[in-house]
Amino acid sequence: MSTATIRVELPAHLRTLARVGAEISMEVPRNAEGRVTTRLILDALEASYPMLCGTIRDHGTHKRRAFLRFFACAEDLSHESPDAPLPEEVASGKEPFLIVGAIAGG
Amino acid sequence: MSGVRLLVGTKKGAFVITSDGKREKWDVSGPHFGGWEIYHMKGSPVDPNRIYASQTSGWFGQLVQRSNDGGKTWEPVGNKFVYDGVPGTHQWYDGTAHPWEFKRVWHLEPSLTDPDTVYAGVEDAAIFRTTDGGQNWEELSGLRGHGTGPRWQPGAGGMCLHTILLDQNVPGRMFIAISAAGAFRTDDGGKTWKPINQGLNSKFLPDPTAEVGHCVHRIATHKARPGVLFMQKHWDVMRSENAGDLWTEVSGNLPTDFGFVIDVHAHEPETIYVVPIKSDSEHYPLEGKLSVYRSRTGGNEWQELTKGLPQHDCYVNVLRDAMAVDSLDKCGVYFGTTGGQVYCSADAGDSWSAVVQNLPGVLSVEVQTLP
Repeated sequence: MSTATIRVELPAHLRTLARVGAEISMEVPRNAEGRVTTRLILDALEASYPMLCGTIRDHGTHKRRAFLRFFACAEDLSHESPDAPLPEEVASGKEPFLIVGAIAGG
Repeated sequence: MSGVRLLVGTKKGAFVITSDGKREKWDVSGPHFGGWEIYHMKGSPVDPNRIYASQTSGWFGQLVQRSNDGGKTWEPVGNKFVYDGVPGTHQWYDGTAHPWEFKRVWHLEPSLTDPDTVYAGVEDAAIFRTTDGGQNWEELSGLRGHGTGPRWQPGAGGMCLHTILLDQNVPGRMFIAISAAGAFRTDDGGKTWKPINQGLNSKFLPDPTAEVGHCVHRIATHKARPGVLFMQKHWDVMRSENAGDLWTEVSGNLPTDFGFVIDVHAHEPETIYVVPIKSDSEHYPLEGKLSVYRSRTGGNEWQELTKGLPQHDCYVNVLRDAMAVDSLDKCGVYFGTTGGQVYCSADAGDSWSAVVQNLPGVLSVEVQTLP
């Protein structure tokens, strides 16, 4: 199975929790069609940083937490299927996959 | 020289505050987990340097942190709280059936004998247990499953299991309380539970003396006499002589019997403390004067304690998990406010001084008495 080198940016609180900097670079397996998906990125992210389990998506359902958003290539991908292929710019590492905390609260 | 360590959970982080036995000068460490809500922290009675913290956020959900060095350093442990089986439904605010959904951990209660065993009270109301230091959590589902669950309903703060009392005299006995379901007891380590709400009277219920549905805010007991329970209900301060089988009102001469906290003196099982709050719709002290009330008779006869507390323009609240007592002689009493103050009385309530004054709103206060 081939992999892609993906760049991921986390919200500040999750960087602190995972003890990482502004951007993570990690290897993510491609699916059978050779594409990278949100699910594959999050699976790889949680495997490398298990303390993030449950903080981005629900433990059981894997549903995205309501106040988080997934952006890439200036697009909001939050409502796409987690199995939809991500833009090739993300798979190639040209553009980062952004996990963003929604503006809410005080 | 002996000392104390306060574990203060706030809306924006955790604070660990220490002093020697005089309890006059304080060292403040924090915020730990800055920006996160810390609903509760508590240390193991058998290993005081083992501390657990409930860290939560509307954005990122629930984390549990563990310290093995008295709160200097922390590591995240397991945060997977999955209800056993099909979660089922409880009553929603409009009376419709609403599925059980995990939201956060309100209270962590370490075992009296094993530092790796901890009980967690969560919202939506359930009790979980870890036996491996927090790595894995398993629901004690006999509580939710005993039959009255579909009639439980959330209070304004959510349907939370906020109080867990472990009985050191009767093996397997625990007491818990839920807003708004009431108090429950297990005598077999959490396998089976029974409601213990007889004697409670809640006018907001269609049947004020119903088996469940009562908004219990807090229960407390003296560790040497755990069969005698004290309760701060939504309204009413209550007492039970028989492990909750029957409650009687002991509000007595309190100026208002609404409130959240209640606690018991470490050395005097009949000395109890409450902080009266004006009403269920006005969550602040009467006339802007912050007072603790103490009863040395187990209720009914209450004495106002004000020395050192603000007596004008004070409109803070004291939340249900935000009072604690140490076991020094004289007994220290502590409470935190939604205004970010933590107060200490080193003389069992006779006089008070501020430990800190400008923290984020205080959600919980625990104290450890250190050798």
